[in-house]
Amino acid sequence: MDIIGAQLVNSISYGLLLFVITCGLSLVFGILGVLNLAHGSLYMIGAYVSYSITVHSGQNFWLALIIAPLAVAVCSLIIEMILLRPTYQLGHLSQVLLTFGLAYVIHDMTAAIWGSDVLSIPLPQSLSGTVTLFNQAFPVYRLAVIAIGLILAGLLWFIQEKTRWGAIIRAGLSDKEMICALGVNIQLVFTVVFFIGGYLAGFGGVIAAPILGLYPSMEFQTLILALVVLVIGGLGSIAGTFVASLTIGIVETFCRFLVPELSLFVVFGLMAVVLIVKPNGLLGRQVVKH
Amino acid sequence: MNKKGFALIAAVMLLIFSPFIFSLFYLNLVTEILILAIFALSLNILVGYTGLVSLGHAAFFGVGAYMSAILAREISPNFFLTLFASLAAAIIASAIIGIFCVKVSGFYFLMLTLAFSQMIYSFVHQSTTITGGSNGLSGIPSPLIGSLDFSNPVYFYYLILLLFILIYGGLSLIVHSPFGQVLIGIRENETRLKSMGYHTTLYKLAAFVIAGGLGGVAGSLYTSFNSFISPSDVYWTMSGSVLIMVLIGGSGTMIGPVLGAAFIVILETIVSSYTTMWMMIIGIIFILFVVFFPKGIVGLGKLLLQSFSKSNKLSAISGKKSNALYNNDVKN
Repeated sequence: MDIIGAQLVNSISYGLLLFVITCGLSLVFGILGVLNLAHGSLYMIGAYVSYSITVHSGQNFWLALIIAPLAVAVCSLIIEMILLRPTYQLGHLSQVLLTFGLAYVIHDMTAAIWGSDVLSIPLPQSLSGTVTLFNQAFPVYRLAVIAIGLILAGLLWFIQEKTRWGAIIRAGLSDKEMICALGVNIQLVFTVVFFIGGYLAGFGGVIAAPILGLYPSMEFQTLILALVVLVIGGLGSIAGTFVASLTIGIVETFCRFLVPELSLFVVFGLMAVVLIVKPNGLLGRQVVKH
Repeated sequence: MNKKGFALIAAVMLLIFSPFIFSLFYLNLVTEILILAIFALSLNILVGYTGLVSLGHAAFFGVGAYMSAILAREISPNFFLTLFASLAAAIIASAIIGIFCVKVSGFYFLMLTLAFSQMIYSFVHQSTTITGGSNGLSGIPSPLIGSLDFSNPVYFYYLILLLFILIYGGLSLIVHSPFGQVLIGIRENETRLKSMGYHTTLYKLAAFVIAGGLGGVAGSLYTSFNSFISPSDVYWTMSGSVLIMVLIGGSGTMIGPVLGAAFIVILETIVSSYTTMWMMIIGIIFILFVVFFPKGIVGLGKLLLQSFSKSNKLSAISGKKSNALYNNDVKN
């Protein structure tokens, strides 16, 4: 029983980490209809910036947690204004390709700035201990990730459901033309949402960096996992993303434990099955019209 | 049309005589371009002609590559054996995957092909006994036909060239046949084709299998060429780069993917001799093409030709006008 309990804690921690990484992608996809293939790259920038900050500020992780996501958000604001805003008329597929080209560019930019060595970020002092649960020692940071994931999910839910901005975003999800007609500046909504999406990507990068580490091509690996979560959860639904993150966390952790050779195979298999049986995802609505 | 035929003959002649013109380094470069061009041509059947954007084409490349690598190492490096076994394996894989993928379209097609190709990648990556895991398979013997050894790069080049011409010609026939016209019809308006009584799902599956099978052939040739294969050639970034080749070259044209493959391989070689940042340069060029020249190099070429001939015509017209004016003046 202890083993299962321990694996469960691990899988919830991993799942919520996936949620932190994916929620920005999900939000952007829901509103803009653009599948941002540079999301992993934004995540990577967040991780590398937080590395630089911790190195130069005497291992101050908290400073990195505040500054790095903002830096990434500013990057994504620039991307939205220069690259996406002039190209909305090109159609969604072209924009997906644009963000893919951008991922290439950012890949080399980060390699030029931070080199291509494997780097790691030390844990903050207050979170580097361990706690014994189910007769097993857990790093406190893993548990902190659970807390952060839950808080973030709660916050996003509150903003989407209970505030005026959330109402505008939900309205934008279901009918863009109508909300334009009601006098909302949809262009501004796009920009703000992309800004928030970038912030969340950077935030995910900082949170994940001490666990997953920093290495070249990390963005492509992260992106592919985020896409799996996005597809399984349903496109553009925060609740779906939450459920899917936990599902993937549990499935992958237990597979790694039981049949290590097949863990990734099962995860992508799950994605394929969901796409075939329920193309709109577990909790999704039809967002993309083809 | 005559001009086109002339250009075609010139290109083929150049390719036939290139072993006498180029040094070994450039000959290998041309060989690589031809192999990747076959790969890009196969994806173009889906993306360019049927309008299904796939982000999982590396799966079939990988199936073909690993099939031929394992056969060459374990059984025999006979060229026909590895080639046809790879083709068969890729056809079977693409038929199975295709049955599911052709039911959806647009964004879902993109994601489903990605999911399947990642399944194949994770199998290749994690199964150490058959595929060598993340180390890949190395020391693959070069292909043989009877006693003819293709480790000689010039022989290998001619082998690839012959296959390339066959595949290029075959695909040209296919896309201009009634079958190919139905595929283009699916790209333009699937609902309409359905209402005309075409079983579009079946046509899409056929396109998927043709594309997958030829992708497997490209993979098999790539293994023979490099005598090495690693899981990174099956990863989704490989699917992304072949998609970039097709789109930069010009999707929905026959020559486009070939030009795209040549462009990317040459650019990669030139750029990487100066700097390691070739991905950035390809990324920037790709972004510029997507925004300004969505029809790729082929579209760009047509545009340039048009403006050239237009300015010629304009000058001819203005010349006539001035003559007319002159005549009027004389009359008056």
